[in-house]
Amino acid sequence: MRTPNYRVAQTNNSNMRPPKRKFSGKTLKRVLKMLFEFYPVLFPLTLLCIIFSSIVATLPAIFNQQIIAAIEEWYISRDWVGASKIIIPKIVALASFYILSLISVTTHTQLMAYITQGFLGKMRKELFSRMQNLPISYFDKNKHGDIMSHYTNDIDTLRQLVSQSIPTVLQAGIIVVTVFSIMLYYSIWITLVVVLGVFILFNITKKIGGGSAKYFMRQQKSVGKTEGFIQEIMNGQKVVKVFCHEEKVQEDFDKINEELYNDGKKAHSYANILGPINMNIGNILYVIIATVGGLFLLSDFKNIGIGMIPFSISITIPFLNMTKQFTGNVNQLSQQINSIVMGLAGAERVFAIMDTEPETDDGYVTLVNAKTDNDGNLTETKERTGVWAWKHPHSDGTITYKKVEGDVTLNAVDFGYEENKTVLHNVSIYATPGQKVAFVGATGAGKTTITNLINRFYDIADGKIRYDGININKIKKSDLRRSLGIVLQETNLFTGTVMDNIRYGRLDATDEECINAARLAGADDFITRLPEGYETELTNNGTNLSQGQRQLIAIARAAVADPPVMILDEATSSIDTRTEAIVQKGMDSLMKGRTVFVIAHRLSTVKNSDVIMVLENGRIIERGSHQDLIAQKGQYYSLYTGAFELE
Amino acid sequence: MIKTLAKSIREYKLPSILTVLAMVGEVIIEVLIPFITANLVNSIKANAPIESVIKTGLILVGMALISLCFGCCGALLCAKASSGFAKNLRRDMFERIQSFSFSNIDKFSASSLVTRLTTDITHVQMSYMMIIRTAIRSPMMFTFSIIMAYTMGGALATSFVVVIPVLLFGLLLVSRKAMPAFRRVFKKYDRLNESIEENVRGMRVVKGFSREEYEKKKFGIAADGITEDFTKAERIVALNTPIMQFCMYFNTVVILFLGSYLVISSGATTVDVGQISAMLTYGVQILMSLMMLSMIYVMITMSLESMKRICEVLNEEPNLKNPENAATTVRDGSIKFESVSFKYTEKAKKFALENIDLEIKSGMMVGIIGGTGSSKSTLVQLIPRLYDVTEGSVTVGGVDVREYDIKTLRDSVAMVLQKNQLFSGTIKENLRWGNENATDEEIIDACKLAQADEFINSFPDKYDTYIEQGGTNVSGGQKQRLCIARALLKKPKILILDDSTSAVDTKTDSFIRKGFKEFIPDTTKIIIAQRVASVQDADLIIIMDNGKITDMGNHTQLLKSSEIYREIYQQQTHGGDSNENA
Repeated sequence: MRTPNYRVAQTNNSNMRPPKRKFSGKTLKRVLKMLFEFYPVLFPLTLLCIIFSSIVATLPAIFNQQIIAAIEEWYISRDWVGASKIIIPKIVALASFYILSLISVTTHTQLMAYITQGFLGKMRKELFSRMQNLPISYFDKNKHGDIMSHYTNDIDTLRQLVSQSIPTVLQAGIIVVTVFSIMLYYSIWITLVVVLGVFILFNITKKIGGGSAKYFMRQQKSVGKTEGFIQEIMNGQKVVKVFCHEEKVQEDFDKINEELYNDGKKAHSYANILGPINMNIGNILYVIIATVGGLFLLSDFKNIGIGMIPFSISITIPFLNMTKQFTGNVNQLSQQINSIVMGLAGAERVFAIMDTEPETDDGYVTLVNAKTDNDGNLTETKERTGVWAWKHPHSDGTITYKKVEGDVTLNAVDFGYEENKTVLHNVSIYATPGQKVAFVGATGAGKTTITNLINRFYDIADGKIRYDGININKIKKSDLRRSLGIVLQETNLFTGTVMDNIRYGRLDATDEECINAARLAGADDFITRLPEGYETELTNNGTNLSQGQRQLIAIARAAVADPPVMILDEATSSIDTRTEAIVQKGMDSLMKGRTVFVIAHRLSTVKNSDVIMVLENGRIIERGSHQDLIAQKGQYYSLYTGAFELE
Repeated sequence: MIKTLAKSIREYKLPSILTVLAMVGEVIIEVLIPFITANLVNSIKANAPIESVIKTGLILVGMALISLCFGCCGALLCAKASSGFAKNLRRDMFERIQSFSFSNIDKFSASSLVTRLTTDITHVQMSYMMIIRTAIRSPMMFTFSIIMAYTMGGALATSFVVVIPVLLFGLLLVSRKAMPAFRRVFKKYDRLNESIEENVRGMRVVKGFSREEYEKKKFGIAADGITEDFTKAERIVALNTPIMQFCMYFNTVVILFLGSYLVISSGATTVDVGQISAMLTYGVQILMSLMMLSMIYVMITMSLESMKRICEVLNEEPNLKNPENAATTVRDGSIKFESVSFKYTEKAKKFALENIDLEIKSGMMVGIIGGTGSSKSTLVQLIPRLYDVTEGSVTVGGVDVREYDIKTLRDSVAMVLQKNQLFSGTIKENLRWGNENATDEEIIDACKLAQADEFINSFPDKYDTYIEQGGTNVSGGQKQRLCIARALLKKPKILILDDSTSAVDTKTDSFIRKGFKEFIPDTTKIIIAQRVASVQDADLIIIMDNGKITDMGNHTQLLKSSEIYREIYQQQTHGGDSNENA
């Protein structure tokens, strides 16, 4: 009778991993500890209410018994007036217990709703904020869908755990114990019969439950397969049409669909059958108790019980109800085992993220606004001056300021994403302020890797990277990244207006500054033509815009940040050559006075760079200006003349 | 809506009906059990002979076993019926989608179709299971229990008169209030998850701009809002338990009180002790069945949305029909557009193509060039009748495309789409999409022509190399060449490449075109390209702008006559992106 689960079909999500059949006490302890920490008063209070209401729920059995005993005693005399003196106080007592129980049930269900959602909210926030601090490598290694499933599936299983499993186990456990004690009080013999019956019941349930889990896992696999197939075909539906392949595809689908049907049928069969079996074994047990009780009664069998009451009808009848209560709650307990295990597995996965080592940052050099004082020295200032300085505290307590100019050097850098697989070998690059440095090479040559190292998404294995002469390991990561503007090939915009998206580059930028940045990037033109101009809402990564338009917004976003160094990783790849020519002017003025690293597929984009580095398998094989490289007649030359394809 | 969905039950009608019947049987016995148990209790109490006690006990066990049988049969049949229904529904939907034309497909996004075929169907399946199992069972249980309670308990049953309306009203009120609250919060919740996904996807941007703290704050506010809404909704639902318990307790107290009075005052003649305990059992059954009913109500309402979305697909009429007495041969690869205008939807204000007149002779090589949004793709998609013209006519081989059998037409007009796709399977399997019965030799020939043979042979498994879903294990240029080979295997009369060599280097690109000229001279070739180099040696170059043909001619003519062409040409040759030696 708990809250119905309003969201069905979570079980059918392909992201959900098959339930691990392992009970982790450590995780449970951690979940409970968090609950106690978050709600030091309310959570214990809730537990107390649950315990109280569970005990109260079992007590009526005693009153029932006493009332029935009284009826037994008095019905022959037909003396209601006399009987009522005994019966009415008992009924009043019963009713007051009920009222107490109602109060505590209302309290704990309300509190539990509050605590569960509060806990989930806190977990969600905690998970998100821990995730923000994870290194980029985490996001490169894990599929987005998997990360997402922590927020959806795993948190959902936590909900189940906290709001249902924990209270149910507590409640059912207490009821089982209390009922068991009362039963012992009345009669050990009948209790033995009940325990035997419950033992059999429990084993059957376990067996069927195991079968059900097995087939549900199999169903899960089938669901995954079906979804994969459907996804592929739905995405390629137009290709299917063009090749008139509809019938063939339908045939394949029917096969997979039939498989899913078979597995699903089996899984549901097991799950469905559990209900009637539990109920009817309960019924049979009920009858057996009634018969056994009757037999004892009739055969003058000597009763043994803590209460030392002789057999009578007033023992048999409450026993019948207690049997129901006992089996019912044992069932509840056994049914919770699966969801507890699943809930804990979910919690474990959430904790795994929370426990993942966050991105470390030992940098102590910070980026500050600066101005030159009368003596020509740089001093720190609060307001935005357009001049930036590196604030460099030294071990002797002195602080020096160094103007940010955008001088970036890489000195004999080696790097590998995995320890034994070096992808960059001995790379040295010297970019002086205001220079445009381009990287050219096939996919996997290491172009993007170099930029990943400059902004410290990854740390180098060997060599040195210096920014204005400072080892970048000494610079605070957030400040280092603030001083580098990046525009990536894969444009990511966020839900919000176009203006919000541009302002993402610098949160305190005025509307005017954002518009200026857009003009600089050549984006102003199309933005003003959008139905709501700068206030147009972008959803779903800007699906309502073309790829090229999204890139332009990303460029404006980097422009508004006004960083001394910019990294353009295939930033104009989706803008057609004609538009690029138009954008080029804006890009040129954007790049003016900044150190720029450009990665591009199209040689026209990099042609006018000061230095072009040609990369192959993680090594720089050619470097020089366009003219130099053409004259060398090497790799760059053959790329330029189209003898190679860049992938 | 129900009618549309019910069509998919088909062969599972029998198991569905049997499930209902089994449930009826189960309920009848379940209702009888307390009645007989009361007899048993009474006979024990009345000191009846042991044999009669055992006899009643055995009858009860027998009944429980029968009920077990019914229950299990019901459970199994129900699993079969509901899984089967889901299977048929999925199949019908899939089949319907296969019959969609391009404009039907445009209406639904691929991801929404996936959701409809998976999650939505699961919701409906769950509801169906509920309906055949519980929706019949619970009201029956309710009715029978009431009847039994009245026939047995007489005056004792009056307590139900009070309890049932109270419970019913309470439950309805709760679900009435809770459902909209939940629906609202789930919408918000979905949006929250979308924004998490956005954050994960854009993590490089977040970190690049050092926006971690900003994102945390933003998320914190949204998450708090949701927590609050969830709590509100959840607290409404949490009222269910106390309401139910109140009714149960009330019922018990009333029955005990009334019962004891009646038993004692009548000397156990009108009501006896056994009846009291039976009445308590019926009370539980009645109240539980009401509880179940309210859950079903909630579940069905919640899955209404899913049903609606499924029906949208099932009721979508494919708007391209195969003509009667269709032409089944295509004479040659000549194409003619006669004052063709086209718009994607009836409601669209703007025509995507306007007044196109065009004649292409069989075997010609035609290039089409123009900026994004100039409707180049739209133009060529009319040739294999992927869309129907709004005005005018398109003829292939002298016959209007609308008079051909669609399969015949599309087999003769091979098209390599811009947004192309390979499917999971080996390279050979993928290529056989073009021609199921292609021999290995034919496949290799096609690949040679598409300049794909070389790189395929560089793979360890060669033509048996497995292509991952989405073709992620081959490069863009390789994928494009495989797609061209796949189209070539059709041995088409017309071959259309819609920007299909954009990721292929210029040299290979020119080899492909040279091969076309040499080995398939009779096939009409239409090439849409961004690069002038890809079209400049065509017999005819079409310049498109804003849904119109602005110029036509060969390279030299256009250099003189078309300003756009000249501009693109100069920009590209001087931009270093292409070259004339290729």
